[in-house]
Order: sequence, then structure tokens, then C-alpha cells
Amino acid sequence: MSDATGNGTGLAPRRKGLTRRQKRSLSRGIQYVVFVAAVIAFAVAADWGRLKNQFAQGPIAREMFPDVITLALKNTVLYTVSGFAVGLVLGMVVALMRLSSVGPYRWLAGVYIEIFRGLPALLIFIFIGVAVPLAFPGTEIIGGTYGKVALALGLVAAAYMAETIRAGIQAVPKGQMEAARSLGFSPARAMVSIIIPQAFRIILPPLTNELVLLFKDSSLVLFLGVTLQERELSKFGRDLASQTANSTPILVAGLCYLLITIPLGFVVRRMEAKAQEAVK
Amino acid sequence: MTRPEIEVRGLHKSFGDNEVLRGIDLEIGRGEVVCVIGPSGSGKSTLLRCVNLLEEPTKGQVFVGGAELTDPDVDIDAVRRRIGMVFQQFNLFPHLTVVENLTLPQRRVLRRDKATAAKVAAENLERVGLAEKASAYPASLSGGQQQRVAIARALAMGPAVMLFDEPTSALDPELVGDVLAVMRMLADEGMTMMVVTHEMTFAREVADRVVFMDGGVVVEDGRPEDVIGNPRNERTRHFLSRLLDPAMAEVEEENPARRGEGE
Repeated sequence: MSDATGNGTGLAPRRKGLTRRQKRSLSRGIQYVVFVAAVIAFAVAADWGRLKNQFAQGPIAREMFPDVITLALKNTVLYTVSGFAVGLVLGMVVALMRLSSVGPYRWLAGVYIEIFRGLPALLIFIFIGVAVPLAFPGTEIIGGTYGKVALALGLVAAAYMAETIRAGIQAVPKGQMEAARSLGFSPARAMVSIIIPQAFRIILPPLTNELVLLFKDSSLVLFLGVTLQERELSKFGRDLASQTANSTPILVAGLCYLLITIPLGFVVRRMEAKAQEAVK
Repeated sequence: MTRPEIEVRGLHKSFGDNEVLRGIDLEIGRGEVVCVIGPSGSGKSTLLRCVNLLEEPTKGQVFVGGAELTDPDVDIDAVRRRIGMVFQQFNLFPHLTVVENLTLPQRRVLRRDKATAAKVAAENLERVGLAEKASAYPASLSGGQQQRVAIARALAMGPAVMLFDEPTSALDPELVGDVLAVMRMLADEGMTMMVVTHEMTFAREVADRVVFMDGGVVVEDGRPEDVIGNPRNERTRHFLSRLLDPAMAEVEEENPARRGEGE
């Protein structure tokens, strides 16, 4: 039966109105126009002169160097990396406890994750700074401020990383554990030699996310009370901003964060591609 | 009379309500090659996996080389070192090169030094004809090559017994021959082998004994020319006729007597 005169019940292109493809490109075009118009409107409406005056004073920015790098950025990196290291080790322990066949271990790990994932990092910093010296008078956390930051950031990061690591371990195919056990590996040795190396390839992107988050959380160190030599980017920028009554230091500090986080993204994409090549 | 290398006594295995093995008794002597055949869901893979305790039997005993695996106090890792296992899906370690797949288990489990492990690995890759692939990653190999590496990895541990779980079922048809050739070589060298397979030609030519399983029990057990060539049991005949000439099979009524057996 032919449907030459029919009105759209056949599969032939419809005669009236726009085709689906034409509609799609029309709607895409409208989106572009709206976006460009919004950008132009903001650019025209903003008072660039005042913004530049407040945020981009060349002499003030120049005065920040080299301290913003040699002191503030160095401390930010130090706080972040030490916090990440503590978090990774602790997170691994919690993840393995969560996967354990021993009931109380699983339960304990679950409680840890719920508590430290649920609390704002700020409260953990205050807790470490105030409650620990009260509870154990006379004791000093190793490394002073650096140790405290590593501990506080590590405690928070471990909760997130434990869940990530657990998911990574569970994403390794079951046959890998079976093959390892058939070769005579004990469960622990199979985990360390075979499963965890594969899990880390899987969780590399989310772990990097965690590292970037820690970079930003390291600014919370100011709640521990730091000396001039222990200031990191945010505190350094804010101090200078109030001294000079100008926000240029804030902008410079912000750019310094990006100086680390953007290359980090590139490195991870490279590592991912390489791991993909080996496993795929 | 020496003890059989593999001894299975009154073995039962259930997954929940599903009873997959319903009382298996089986002995495999030293140097014997036994092929286990049967329809899917007959429990043959489960039986094989019970022999190295990848599946925990519900009831019954398993002995390998005189050691009881079903004893709760057994050092299972020590017993498994004597048992090589080859999987349908190869299960090579994808993050390691071919040669590392062979050396890492030797070093971690057998505590062999670097030089010895490398030497044993090279010998076994040579045996399966893949010496030139030593530094490749598993993902760059064909299925047949991966399975031969998996066999070499098991052999590098110096096992007394080799278990094969449908080793050629995941392979493209033209790659099956290379894997079977390696297995035939092992059989000729006197390795004790238990092979779950659908390769009837291999079973007929290489096996000393063929075991036909259906519905979780051993239906027939004997020389290949008897079990494959002249089966006495109706179920064996039925299975073989469908397997050897699948194009001639007719659409079957679901047989109520067999429903619910196996998977």
C-alpha cells in the first residue's frame, strides 16, 4: 500500500514544518546567540576601571614576590601533600576494614566514614586545634602546625578516599582474585600484589579530585593559628590585602592555586591515557 | 597401590536452594588425563572449582596429593601451589607484562630469587611457544596466546596437577588448536590433568578417561572410546548427538523431569 498523499504516517520526510534536524540546529543557534549576548552584556555593564584599581595593581602584585611563591605556595603544597599522604594511608586501612569479613571492622569503618564525611572540614580543624591539647595536656602533635594540618586534612580526606578505594577494589574483576588464589597467594598478598595495583589505575581520576579539594581545604589552616612563616596562600593573600587595603593579593593568590591545579589535571590525563594503553 | 592424585568423596555443593552437585565420587591417578563433559549447568565447572577449593563444598571430602582440602585446618595456600588452574577467561594480570605474570607469583609465593624466576619463566614461555611475547602486555595478545600464557604461568609454579576449566570456550575457533596442542604436550609429558571441555576430539584422542556429568551426578565414567564412541546411558547419547551434530537437533519440549536441575 502506498502512502504518497498521506500526512506523516509513512516513513517519507514530512512536507510541512521543520524536520527534526532543522529544529535541532535552530535551537542550537538560539543557544549560541543567548550565550554571546549575555557575555557582552556583562562585559559592557562591568566597571572595568574600578575592578582594575581594586584587583590588578601592578606594584602591589610585584611586591608579593618572591614570598608568595617561596613561602605561601610552598606551605600550601606542603600542607596538601602531607594531608594527602596521611589520608591515603588511613583511607586504605579504612577501605580494607570496610571490605573485611570481620563484622566489627566493617562496622567501625562505616562509623568513621559517616562521621568524617558528614562534618565540615572546618570543624575538624577546630577540633584538632582545641580539643586535642585539652584532652592530652602537655602532648604536642609531631611536626607542630605542619603535623596538625596533616592530621586534620588526612582525617577528612581518609573518609572520602576510603570509599573511593573500596569502589576501586570492587571494580577489579573477580577472576583476578581467583587466579591469584589458585597460584597460592594468600588473600592479603593477593590484595597487595594483584588487586590494589589494578584498583589504583581505576581510581586515579577521583583521587586527583580529592587532591585538588585538599589544596583548597588547606586554607583552613588559619583556624589553627599560624605564625608568619607558616602562612599559606589564602592567609598570605588576605593579610596583604588588609595591609594594602587592596584586593590584588587575593587575585594573585588565586592564580597561584591554578598554577598547581591546572598542570595537575594535565598530568593525570597523561597517566590515565598510559594506564588505558596497558590495560585495554 | 599408590593413592590417587585427586580423590573426591561424596561431594555435594549447593548455591542457596540450588543443589549443583549431588554426591560425586571421583578418583584420578597420577599421570592420568580425565576429561569431564556434560551439558551446561551439569555442575562440571563447579566440580573442578571444588577440587582447588575455589568453591567451598557443602558436604564431602576432596584430597589432592594425599592432603585433604576440606579439612578446616588445612594450609590451603600450600596445597594450591601443587594445583595449577587454567580459566575460561584466562585471568591474566592485565597490569603486568607476560613475563611479569610468570615471575611475580614465583617470587611472591615461592620466594624464588629474581634470576631463578626469570629462568623458569623463560623456559615455560618457550614451552608454550611464546618466548618472543615476553615483554608484551596481555591485552595486546590474541585469546589463544593469552590462554597459553595462562598455562605457562600455572606451569611456572611447578604444579603436580593441572585443572582446566573450559580452556578453549572463550576462543575464536581458529585459535583453539594452539591451546589444545599445548595441553596435548602436557598430557604426553605425564601431567595429571582434569579438563572440563566441549572439545570431543581432544577428549577422544588425549584423555585416558572421560566422565559424563548431568544434573549434578556422574552419569558415565570410562575410556573415551566407550563413553564417546559407544555410550551406554541414554542421557549421554542424547548429549553427544546434539553436541556432535548441532544442526540436526530438533526443537525440544522442556522435559519436566529435568527441569530445575543445574542452573
